[in-house]
Order: sequence, then structure tokens, then C-alpha cells
Amino acid sequence: MRVVRLVVVTWWLQLKQSMKAGIFVFTALIEPLIFATLAYYLFKAGREPGTLLYAALSAGLMGIWSVTLFGAGGAINYQRWQGVLEPLIAAPPPYVLILFPQTLAASTVGVYSLTSTLLWGWIVFGIPLHFAHPLAFVISVAVTIVALGLLGLVIGSSFILYREANALSNMLEFPVWILTGVIVPLSLLPGWVHYLSWGLAPTWGYRAIRAGALGGNAWPALGYALLLAAAYFVIGHGVVHVFERRAREKATLSLV
Amino acid sequence: MTSLRVFFIGGLTSYRALFNWLTPWILIPSFLIAPLFQILLFAYIGRTTRLESDQFYVIGNALQYAAIPCLFAMGNTISGERYQHTLPLVLATPAARLPLFVGRAVPVVVNGFLVAAFGLVVGGAILGVHVPLGAVAPLILVTAVTAFSCTGLGLVNAALALRVRENAVTSNVLFGLLLVFCGVNVPLSTLPSWMNTIAQGLPLTHGIEAGRRLAGGASLHDVLGLVGAELLIGCVYAVVGYTLLRVVETESRRRGSLEVA
Repeated sequence: MRVVRLVVVTWWLQLKQSMKAGIFVFTALIEPLIFATLAYYLFKAGREPGTLLYAALSAGLMGIWSVTLFGAGGAINYQRWQGVLEPLIAAPPPYVLILFPQTLAASTVGVYSLTSTLLWGWIVFGIPLHFAHPLAFVISVAVTIVALGLLGLVIGSSFILYREANALSNMLEFPVWILTGVIVPLSLLPGWVHYLSWGLAPTWGYRAIRAGALGGNAWPALGYALLLAAAYFVIGHGVVHVFERRAREKATLSLV
Repeated sequence: MTSLRVFFIGGLTSYRALFNWLTPWILIPSFLIAPLFQILLFAYIGRTTRLESDQFYVIGNALQYAAIPCLFAMGNTISGERYQHTLPLVLATPAARLPLFVGRAVPVVVNGFLVAAFGLVVGGAILGVHVPLGAVAPLILVTAVTAFSCTGLGLVNAALALRVRENAVTSNVLFGLLLVFCGVNVPLSTLPSWMNTIAQGLPLTHGIEAGRRLAGGASLHDVLGLVGAELLIGCVYAVVGYTLLRVVETESRRRGSLEVA
């Protein structure tokens, strides 16, 4: 019960803090609108336009990843700048139970991205919002957000040890968009890339969301996303433990 | 002599401080790897939509990525100084403001040029884009002019940084607007006319168009008008940016808001 309370309170606190930061609001709301606009004109002007709902949806999903990456990447550095990283690590609960809700809060903010791009597409470009399977769509979004939060945990944990890791996280935005097939079909990418894509939970989460919105069976992809999310938690737990130990040994926790 | 020292040494020192003393862990991902993936993403979207060739996206995105150093570095010359608590000290000095601010812009132009050139060369090599040999030298010129005009907009961004605390947000918004409006990934002819009109007054638009025509076989003479327009736009933004910096600096001193913007 105390673990659940810790996770929920930390998640809620982080969510509220995130929505006060201008850069976070930009990443969650404005950047996805920029990409939604671009995607709309690209698909509208192209000779293979597909559906415009696909474009709006893709831009929203891209936004969820951006905001997860930014939030998960920044979580530890913010704690470091505020001087609370050491007390948090020294506190009795395992640090993974503090970091996970923070990265989960980051991916939760992604709901704003998805909502804003869909509304933008509907209001500005007149894209009709007809979802093939609304229930599957909502469940898929929820599962994808949890999976992204756990992927964020794995990525964010490196910040315990490497204070410049945020530069690496900046670099990961476009590659993961490509690898997960969020806006480009995986069939266009070289064959070896598919193996990397299959190991990423967002690939399956996005597939499920798309099936829920545009039609298709969302449940198998959802199963894979959940499976990978569980694997990320195990990996994240191990990595946080190892990195925390090394940072203590090297006395680098508070180095900004 | 003092102004020359402020211009060159001050500018270089400020630039080095921007990137945590130039650690490769920040420079390489931000300036070399990220632009390549932006090029790849849009080239693949282009292939999906069958809108334009790979060459279109390589040139558009490589040149547009010059905006990252040009906007962020110029904005950070102010916000970085504020963060380090050196902004009031710098602005309290009697140093002439023209070399002080413009000196900080010169390394940024070089940085923007190198980032764009790297994107053009490596992005082009990855996607197998071929450019006529005769177009290489004119493309270098176009890239340099585009980096200069983007830095002009960066000076405006630096002025905004004197009044806006979250300058990274304004830099990101400007970067996004350039991405949408300047014909980087969507041909200007397919955008609504009002967007096309705005694009004519933004840096990048004419430089990118010139770059694409050169890669398509046009001579430097054919694109001189576009290069001239890009240069003129850069000069206008630089003058506006410098004037704004002076105005906002005076206003910030009056309001005592240099450190709290």
C-alpha cells in the first residue's frame, strides 16, 4: 500500500511540476502542432496521401515520445540542480520507485500532445475524428503511455551516472520516430532495422493505437507492448541499481 | 583595439562557454547526429507520400538545421550569461555594444555553416544524392549566406532572451516555424498563399531554394537573385536584432530586470 501511495503521489507531483515548465508545455503542446501541420501538408500534397487522420494521429504519437524523452531525460538532472538527488537516493524506498513515476508522469503529459494534434486536425484542417474501435483506442493509449514511461526509466537512469546524457536523449527523438514506424511504414526501412523496431514497445503501442483508430485488431500488438514494458521494468530496475551504486562509489551524484 | 579584442576574444569565449566548454558529448549528438536523423525522417516521409526526391529533403533539412546553432546559441549568449550570473557584469562594462553582441554572432555563423555543410555531405552520402561538381562551390556560398541570415534572426532571439526567461521555448518555436513556413519539407507552391507570403520574409526560404536549383544544375549566376535576397533578409534581421538588443538592454537596466526576466 505504501509503495502504491509513493508511486501515485510522486507521479501526481511530477505531473503538476511538468505542466508549470514552459519548455515542457512547448514539447507537449506546441511542437506536436508544428509536426501535425507539417504532416498534414506533406500527406495532402503527396501522391500517396493515405488518411489525414493517420497524419494527425502520427504527429500526436510523435509528441508523446518527445515529451517522454524530455521528461525522463530531465527528471534526474532537475533533481540534481535542485539538490534533492542525494536525499532521494539516501531515502529508504528504492530509487527506482521514485524515478519510475516521474518518467511515467512525463509520458502521461503526452496525452496532451495526442489530444492537441487531433483537435488541431479537426478544427483547423477539418479532419473528421471517427475512431474504428474507441475502447481499443483508449486502452492502447493507456498501455503505450505506461510502456513509454518504462522505456523512459531505462533511458533516464543513465543520467544518474552521466550528467551530459541529456545531449544523448536529445539525439534519440528522431531515431525512435523512424524506428517505431510512427509516421513512416517500417517496410520502407532496411531489413536489419526491423529487429531494432520489434524490441521497442512504442512500435507495438503505436500499432495498437492505429488499429484502434483506423481499423484492425489492436490486441496482439497490445500484448507485445505489455510484454516489452515488463521487460523494461526489469532492465530499468537493474540498471538503476548498478548506476546508483557506481555513482555513490565515484561520489558524482551531486556534480552538476 | 579594445573593440577588436571584445569582438574576437569576447565572442570566442562566450561561444565556448555555451557548450559547457565544448564537451564532445554535447556537440556531437546535437550538431552532427541529430540533423542526419531529421534528414532521414523527412526523406522517408517523402518516399511514403511520394511528394519529392531525396535531394529535396537533404538540401532543405541540412540547411534548415543551421537554425539550431544560429537560434539557440544566439539566445543562449544572453540566457547563459544570466544563468552564470555574468550578464549584469558584461552589460555594466563600458565595452562598445556592437563588437560585444556581433562578436558573439561570428562563431555562431561558422557553427551554423559547418552543421549545414555536414548535413549536406553526410546526409547526401547516406541517401545517395549526387550534386554536380560545379555546384559544390556555389553551394558552399549559399550555405554560408543561409547561416548568416539565420544568425540575423538569432540576434532577434537574443534580444527576446533579455525579456523572456524560457528562451529555449522561443528558440524552439522559431525553429518549428522555419520548418513549417520555409519550404523545407513541403514545396512552397503547395502551401496556402498567406504562408508563402510570410516565407518570403524569413531566413532560409531563398537559401534553400537556391541550394535546390544549384543541385538541379543551375549556375551561380542563375541563383544570384535568391542569394542576394537571403543576404538582404539576414542583414535586415541583424539590424533589427541589434537595435532590439540595445532597446531591451536599456529597458532592462531601467526596470532592474536583467537577472529576473
